[in-house]
Amino acid sequence: MSSKTSLRAVIAVPYAWLAVFFLLPFALVLAIALGTNDPDSVPPVALGFSLENFARLFTDKLYVAAWLSSLRIAAVSTLGCLLLGYPMAYAIARATPARRPLLLMLVVLPFWTSFLIRVYAWIGLLSENGMLNQFLRWSGLSDHPGTILGTEWAVHLGIIYAYLPFMVLPLYATLEKLDVSLLEAASDLGAKPIAAFLTVTLPLSLPGIVAGCLLVFIPAVGEFVIPDLLGGTRTLMIGKVLWDEFFTNSDWPLASAVAICLLVLLVGPIALFQRQQAKSLERAE
Amino acid sequence: MSKPRFALAVLAFGYAFLYLPIVLVMGYSFNESKLVTVWSGFSFKWWRALLENEDMLAAAWLSLQIALTSATLAALLGLAAGYVLARVPSFFGRTLFGSLVIAPMVMPEVVMGISMLLLFVGANQLIDGPPFGFLTIAIAHTTFSLAFVAIVVQARLADFDRSLEEAAMDLGATPWVTFLTVTLPLIAPAIGSGWLLAFTLSLDDLIMTQFVAGAQSQTLPMLVYSKVRLGVDPQINVLATIVVCVAATALIISGRLTRRR
Repeated sequence: MSSKTSLRAVIAVPYAWLAVFFLLPFALVLAIALGTNDPDSVPPVALGFSLENFARLFTDKLYVAAWLSSLRIAAVSTLGCLLLGYPMAYAIARATPARRPLLLMLVVLPFWTSFLIRVYAWIGLLSENGMLNQFLRWSGLSDHPGTILGTEWAVHLGIIYAYLPFMVLPLYATLEKLDVSLLEAASDLGAKPIAAFLTVTLPLSLPGIVAGCLLVFIPAVGEFVIPDLLGGTRTLMIGKVLWDEFFTNSDWPLASAVAICLLVLLVGPIALFQRQQAKSLERAE
Repeated sequence: MSKPRFALAVLAFGYAFLYLPIVLVMGYSFNESKLVTVWSGFSFKWWRALLENEDMLAAAWLSLQIALTSATLAALLGLAAGYVLARVPSFFGRTLFGSLVIAPMVMPEVVMGISMLLLFVGANQLIDGPPFGFLTIAIAHTTFSLAFVAIVVQARLADFDRSLEEAAMDLGATPWVTFLTVTLPLIAPAIGSGWLLAFTLSLDDLIMTQFVAGAQSQTLPMLVYSKVRLGVDPQINVLATIVVCVAATALIISGRLTRRR
């Protein structure tokens, strides 16, 4: 085999796989989203060309509320992740080089355990008679503590908890490369530590902030497991709407329309993430 | 520079936040009581119950087979994709290719789940296959985890000393021989850690699996999900303990692999 043909094969095989199993399905989702629900046929879809499903998603109050609360919950949780993750990444990047691998491993380890089980761990903590409330009663901090499980607070906690490694890693990667002499220069020139942080460290770590926030925000908007297990029935999120329309109501066209809208909504952030990724690899070369 | 005390305090808080829930779950796997929030004494009762739970064992076995298959496929496809991204600067449709490789990493899983299911439903109507279950789940897992292998391989190739490859070529090795004898051994650790990542992601996936599994198959996450929806379950605490121990071991192995450069 000539090297040119074999290189072509190396390109073609993953390309074809992704085209068939990743790209083509989106065309099918769009086709189904334009159809209507037909409970009598298998699968329960009548093909056609109607924008009714999309119209419902943007006029029905329930769906509009689900879109808005998904965006709000994802944004607030991303901010929470950043506020917790930035100082963590900073402290790891400033630790002695010998200690860094261990500190990083401790951040990554939870990511390697089951996502489902990590979310589950919060049920026992946050339920009405859960460990948090037991602690509050035992310590006398509160006699009648409220229940966090089943509220939006629990969803925020769950997202911050589950996605924290995705925030810390890209932040660490930029903070680690940061040239300390720049900070020394700033302080030699009379900048206070806070001023040096705001004018030197923060702007230079911006690529890490953007990458980390996108890695948390994009999947959080479409999150299903966390609102389902921790958010109770009152928390509306669009990923849960898609799931319920599909599995509970067997309304495939409406679920497909939700998927298309979610994709359109996230295409900007995803493209931004890809550009960042490409840029950081170029810099590495 | 002054000691970043604030950052250290946050670091300690962050680790406590990350580990406290897991440690509590692990501790309660040894609890005698069925009430998961009341400690009533040390017992291996739930460990025994889990190990005798045949549904759980069958689901775990299925998950393991799927993870082995999809991680291996993802490693091969991801190796090719990562190599192309790092080494082939231009070909027809390269931009699209780059997007296709990276997008599954951040794509909400519900979107990928429904799209893959519709593909398989369509395929079953047209060509009577693939059968729902093992095969459809393995294909779905391969598709979304190959991105992770590709990224690791691409990053490894980006900071790679190309003079070794050039030396082999100068000495008359064909591109294939050079790849097999020089490039591949040097990037093997990256492929290994990519494989492990793909394996873990497959073992853990609930959402895509639920969409494409069909009526007959139940993987471990599907079974766990059906149980935890009903609340806390002592057998799940045991499972969590096992998963955390296995994951810690895998991570240590993977760390060793990537550090040995």
